[in-house]
Amino acid sequence: MRRKIPLSIAFIFGIIMIIQFFIPHRISVEFYRNMLNALVIVGIFYYILAVTSLIRVHRGKIKRRKPGWGYSYVTLISLAVTAMVGVLGGAYQPTRITAWFIEHFHWQIEQGTGLMVIYTYIQIPMGATMFSLLAFFIASAAFRAFKARSLTAVLLLLTAFVVMLGRVPIGSLITRNLPDNIQLSNIVEWILNFPNMAAQRGILMGIGLGMIATSLKIILGIERGYLGGGD
Amino acid sequence: MRFWEKVMKLDRRWIFLLIALAVLIPFLKPLRLPLTVTKPARDVFDAIENIAPEGAPLLIATDYAPSTAPELDPMLYAMLRHCLSTKRRVMLLALYPQGAGMAQAGLDFILPEFPDAKSGVDYVFLGYQPGIQAIVMYLGEDVRLAFPTDAYGIPLDSLPMMKNIRNYDDIALIVDLAGSSITLTWVTYAVARYGEHLAAGVTAVSAAQYYPYLDTGQFVGMLGGLKGAAEYEKLIQEKGYTKAREIATIGMDAQSIAHLVILFLIIIGNVAFFASKSHKKKRSTAGS
Repeated sequence: MRRKIPLSIAFIFGIIMIIQFFIPHRISVEFYRNMLNALVIVGIFYYILAVTSLIRVHRGKIKRRKPGWGYSYVTLISLAVTAMVGVLGGAYQPTRITAWFIEHFHWQIEQGTGLMVIYTYIQIPMGATMFSLLAFFIASAAFRAFKARSLTAVLLLLTAFVVMLGRVPIGSLITRNLPDNIQLSNIVEWILNFPNMAAQRGILMGIGLGMIATSLKIILGIERGYLGGGD
Repeated sequence: MRFWEKVMKLDRRWIFLLIALAVLIPFLKPLRLPLTVTKPARDVFDAIENIAPEGAPLLIATDYAPSTAPELDPMLYAMLRHCLSTKRRVMLLALYPQGAGMAQAGLDFILPEFPDAKSGVDYVFLGYQPGIQAIVMYLGEDVRLAFPTDAYGIPLDSLPMMKNIRNYDDIALIVDLAGSSITLTWVTYAVARYGEHLAAGVTAVSAAQYYPYLDTGQFVGMLGGLKGAAEYEKLIQEKGYTKAREIATIGMDAQSIAHLVILFLIIIGNVAFFASKSHKKKRSTAGS
């Protein structure tokens, strides 16, 4: 029964949703709207799962004193503090609690709420810093690993050269006196519009066919991986 | 030959220093390199220009996080300036949790330039709702199903701007600014199912994958990375809509020099690799 019920639900709703798409009747539209409501409600449970999983992983790390376990405390405390500030203090508009603090302690919150202060002064700089580090590592990796060892590597290298130069203004500046069709920016547009697009289309079609096949397999109960392990 | 072997073993901190200087110097002393506007960027600009002032609004989805903000924030700023300076109305929302903060931060940054712009009249910030696909489909039925209130808790029905806006039929264009594949959800549901017009602003690294959608017309235009943002800045400056500091254009100077440095490093790396390889070969031949 533990397998039959979810398989039946997937089959029935999968078939109904396909049929629904082609029937613009009032009942069909109402059913579709209810399904959207259900989808949002299920979506909210992702967060419960995500938070539970995060807490479990980090609690395990702390318990077993795994390397870097101290950072797990930072993660859990940050999670609790941010959630508390957001829930009690409001996301974009200050709640009564925030207003009380502003009034009694003469706080000045330029961003409106504590959550936006955390977001502006902690999350934005941290996120930007992490991503900025990529520039340094890419440069170092390019120096060490981007070698013309084979014909395909040479092709990749040449394309990278043209695209990297052609996508920045200095590339246009270098070739501005050349005929239009051999200016770097135009060569880059050609690379993106033809060889790149041909490859991307092939990939997209493969993904699309794969998605149709997998969806059909789930609806027909052939693919059962989503049910998880056990009996 | 020992020189090239030494080069091969160059401490990576020297490379880091080189990149840091390549990025920093153009920020301190902008080079003002000439920029050519590409067709996909011009198409985004034209699509927004074609929206009637005070007519159907533009919907901007800020589906990105702070990590991709240096590329996507300038797009958001330029579009907000474009719309607010020409009395085109804007709706903002996020399908990505951190995107709501980016939209709010973008509004906080731009609104002081437009003291007359009013929430609910000239722009509406809807905030974030979970359930990506469901929200995109909800918007095709009724915006109120997904967002009964704006981000500040005011019911949509009480906002003058939202009076005649029910679904995609009443929205002129969607611009998705995304650092992930959320853009594909907009294509699948808003474009394919509801026939809405969509433009994309994406990171440079993901721009290549979206070219097929430009070709099929599923995107009316696209801004790719910092270059796309700089092109948009140039277009609104040329039209005289703003005189604000062009942050993406200045960033392009830094990117130009950083790309040159990386290309130089690749050349040096290859020369060192082949020189030391041939030296090793010679040594082994001499040894045998």
